[in-house]
Amino acid sequence: MNEHAQKKRDLFTPGHFGCPGCGATLAMRQTLSVLGEDTIVAMPAGCWSTLIGIYPYTCLTVPVISVAFGSTAAMAAGIKAGLSIQGNDHTTVLAWAGDGGTFDIGLQALSGAAERNDDILFICYDNEAYMNTGIQRSSATPAGGWTTTTPDSALKGQKKKNMVEIMAAHRIPYAATASIGAPEDLNSKLKKAKNIKGSRFIHLFASCPTGWRHAPELSVEVARQAIKSRVFPLYEVSDGDVWHLSPMPEKVDVDTYLKHQGRFKKMLASDHQHFQKQVDDDWQRLLNKCRP
Amino acid sequence: MKKIVTGNEAAALAAKLARVQMVSAYPITPQTVIVENLADIIGRGELKAKYMPVESEHSAMASCIGASMVGARAFTASSSQGLAYMHEMLHYAAGARVPVVMVNCNRALTPPWNLYCDHTDSLAQRDTGWVQYYCADVQDVLDAILIAYGVAEQALLPVMINLEGFYLTHTSEVLDVPDQKTVDIFLPPYRPSNKLDVDDPKTFGNVCGTDLFSSIKYKRHCDTLSLERLWDQTAAKFHRHFNRLHSVVEAYQTEDADVCIIGIGTATGAMRLAVDRLRKEGLKAGSLRLAMIRPFPIEGFKKAVINAGHVIVIDRDVSFGAEGIVAQEVKAALFDRHGEVKLTGFIAGVGGNDISVETIVPLVRQAISGDGTAVAAGTTLWAEVLP
Repeated sequence: MNEHAQKKRDLFTPGHFGCPGCGATLAMRQTLSVLGEDTIVAMPAGCWSTLIGIYPYTCLTVPVISVAFGSTAAMAAGIKAGLSIQGNDHTTVLAWAGDGGTFDIGLQALSGAAERNDDILFICYDNEAYMNTGIQRSSATPAGGWTTTTPDSALKGQKKKNMVEIMAAHRIPYAATASIGAPEDLNSKLKKAKNIKGSRFIHLFASCPTGWRHAPELSVEVARQAIKSRVFPLYEVSDGDVWHLSPMPEKVDVDTYLKHQGRFKKMLASDHQHFQKQVDDDWQRLLNKCRP
Repeated sequence: MKKIVTGNEAAALAAKLARVQMVSAYPITPQTVIVENLADIIGRGELKAKYMPVESEHSAMASCIGASMVGARAFTASSSQGLAYMHEMLHYAAGARVPVVMVNCNRALTPPWNLYCDHTDSLAQRDTGWVQYYCADVQDVLDAILIAYGVAEQALLPVMINLEGFYLTHTSEVLDVPDQKTVDIFLPPYRPSNKLDVDDPKTFGNVCGTDLFSSIKYKRHCDTLSLERLWDQTAAKFHRHFNRLHSVVEAYQTEDADVCIIGIGTATGAMRLAVDRLRKEGLKAGSLRLAMIRPFPIEGFKKAVINAGHVIVIDRDVSFGAEGIVAQEVKAALFDRHGEVKLTGFIAGVGGNDISVETIVPLVRQAISGDGTAVAAGTTLWAEVLP
């Protein structure tokens, strides 16, 4: 991946404003290295709208527009339509939103674009809460997780929304999960998504040391544990219908994933058991879908 | 070529003549005919454009902004609740300096539900940075949309063309349809120097510090203020091509008027008829149509009402807890003459009641004598209130 980026030109230049160990920066760097220069990015409010740099600084060398929170998919669809009516059918329009801008406030516009099968690639870099505003709960926050609006006195009770199932239900040509913990898998999914016409969606797991309360150097490791434990399994869905499991490492207990993160430290042993059961059930459901 | 069409049909025709490249819209009464017609015009290949049937007005404006950011000419239409839902993106469009043109079909806001004419929907968007023009007839609708693109693309500011629900949207009038060749000369293709472009990558809308923020807003304010003259210059150019004039202010018999009746929209036609009747009865009346509300056309306004000692504003809208919104605007514009001029503000025609000569003449009489059926609420008088 790095060789590829260096050979062409790294489109992500040094000097971003992200926290040490930020998973969302790794996610963007790898994404742009595959999508290349012929890319326009629409990004809403979120970590990335800040860490890109304060004017006149920017760390990205592709055209970027910072958009209103709920409007990402519509803005991206408009950009694509504007290009296409002027004869440009080659530029990749990347909608790049966090979990709040995807699971919550951005969902209506995203559903609209997916139903119309607008030719955009929507990537959700998921750090499981409103991190840019200071770690508030989103509908991507896992049950039992601490945030500033699900404090120790009232930890989140609800399960995380399954975004890829929602997108697959739109029967879009391509939907997938991916992770900064599995760069080769992410690379191949980005390449695939880049070359498909229509709405494409990648749910990209991006650890957040600041919000998850783990050491910055563990970002990639935590993302790997999420895959191993099946908390965040890797798979792809074609046309909303054909489910395919990506290469998965040997399974470990969820405790391996939970233990490094301060946000889960108030979970009781019984909560851990409950979490494990949810993960096991979801994993079995996924396996059933992926069966030929 | 002359045709008999409704205001909505004229709006769709104008978008076609302007060769818009992107139409993104969500249906709402009384706007639907505009987008239905455009869907069909584009579907039949009469206009090379993308029709995007979005899931909300918020997305309609967002996608128009996106298309405009890559240099496409974008159009949408909405009304009432839809315009309110779009509010966030209205601020965005003006801030992003995209020359999107939108038709708003003025309709009352709920609750209670009411589909009929009321100006509160668009006047509540007064501070979003959009240029606001209020049409008086069907010809005005078509012509103003063409002028609006000319103005918007020079100033890099969005323009909202308002036509009144049912009074204009669904009323048929004779329309002189300009020929496409002349429209193409008047309105050349949009070619912005700044856009989202992979060959010249730029970042738009980044976070910026407070120092620069003020300067950006100041520049936009200055550019918006210059719109009164830019509109009149563009309208003069339009007049040379099509022999029809659409000024930001239309004065009627104001030179020697003691009383000046002021309003926006179609009721200004009835105001002129009321002036004729009042003059026959011996009252030196005049009337003023404010076609533009943002920017407030201060130069044209001052020239027109300079002699009147009594100004009467009829608002089809209200700012609850204050007064009619147009009355507030007029009051602010008259501040340097506040010792010598009296202002009476009426609220009439909200939710679709007709403002006819028969409505206006008694209101003027009441403003002068104090006797009438309109009831006081703070500094305004409300017509049509049940006892």
